[in-house]
Amino acid sequence: MEYGIFQLIILSIFINNFVLARFLGLCPYMGVSKQLDSAVGMGLAVTFVMTLASLVTWLLYNFFLAPTYQSIFYVVFHTPIDKVPDLTFLRTIVFILVIAALVQFIEMYIQKVSPTLYKALGIYLPLITTNCAILGVAVLNIDMFFKDGLPLHNSFIHTLVQAFASGVGFTLVLILMAGIREKLELANVPKPFRGLPIAFIVAGLMSIAFLGFAGMNVE
Amino acid sequence: MASLNDLTKGILKENPVFRLALGLCPTLAVSTSINNAIGMGVAVIFVLVSSNTIVSLLMKLFQKTLSEEGLKSINKIRIPIFIVVIASFVTIVEMVMSAYFPALSESLGIFIPLIVVNCIILGRAEGFASKNPVFASILDGLGMGLGFTIALTAIAFARELLGSGHLLGVNILGSGYQPVLLMILPPGAFLVIGLYLGGLNWLESRKK
Repeated sequence: MEYGIFQLIILSIFINNFVLARFLGLCPYMGVSKQLDSAVGMGLAVTFVMTLASLVTWLLYNFFLAPTYQSIFYVVFHTPIDKVPDLTFLRTIVFILVIAALVQFIEMYIQKVSPTLYKALGIYLPLITTNCAILGVAVLNIDMFFKDGLPLHNSFIHTLVQAFASGVGFTLVLILMAGIREKLELANVPKPFRGLPIAFIVAGLMSIAFLGFAGMNVE
Repeated sequence: MASLNDLTKGILKENPVFRLALGLCPTLAVSTSINNAIGMGVAVIFVLVSSNTIVSLLMKLFQKTLSEEGLKSINKIRIPIFIVVIASFVTIVEMVMSAYFPALSESLGIFIPLIVVNCIILGRAEGFASKNPVFASILDGLGMGLGFTIALTAIAFARELLGSGHLLGVNILGSGYQPVLLMILPPGAFLVIGLYLGGLNWLESRKK
């Protein structure tokens, strides 16, 4: 299935929303949604890291892991194309290491270059390494925009668009949830349901609302 | 010394899903049917037990062979070491599953590679296996894995029963039952786990 850029954006933000439809990134969604400020910070940090991680993992997959004509084994070492190693099975290990290293670098870089930005995003960055949304979007891109180890048409652009739009979708529901939970603090919730249980039920209701977007025809 | 407590604490008292709220993403995503839930549970048990074993052995090896200086520097990079160990076992699960259980592998989808970032596994490696002997670590992994599987199956039970009227392909509620489609769709997962957590809290408060 080939999507246009705009369709992909709508799909990633609303229809296949990262949290409410795909169930990725639930830990920050439940953990950091108690206040509006921190929700905005976390959303921005996740969007940023998601896009960057997708970029890096796509390059790695295309030029190193997958046996394509662009593989460095073919281009640089002149291995015959039928002998180029298929390293796609190393995907999980390579991706998680790259993401962990990348987050470290981003943290150090931001700390050095922009202390203000570091103050806003800094504390969320270490939390992001083990956030399944980041590895999730990287794996999802590979699953969607590669077929049998070969990149589909416009694979690179689509990867970046999907990563960025998924991050926006994540930020959107995180902010909505934070708004609801700030009000919920004042509500008279039955005692056993205070805290996490009622947050899950609110998330369920939000998910029902987002289900409405599935009726949109994007074809 | 290893004791029965290492095994049983993960099942009820420190249940990773219901008590500690860890590993939520796979819990909600793959609990559409009992079949998927058990498949995921077995995969997590395998990874958890193997990584706990290796981490515990590795730490013992470091303590026996390295000087104090070396131990200090190893301590700084222990999390990346744990992640590599876990990722290797996840890759094994990924390959075995797609070779022998293609249908299950298809329906679990990206949640198999995502076992790597399941906080239960890294949490047990860091919090238990790195400080405890091998046998206790194996029991701990088994217990936590079973606790995860039980929680997953409990959620899947409610969702599959109400959402389709079937359990494991057997019709339970009769042909006149109108399935609540919502339960199989994403909102059902949030609602079921919210109600379970609330119910558990209520039971606990009554016991006191």
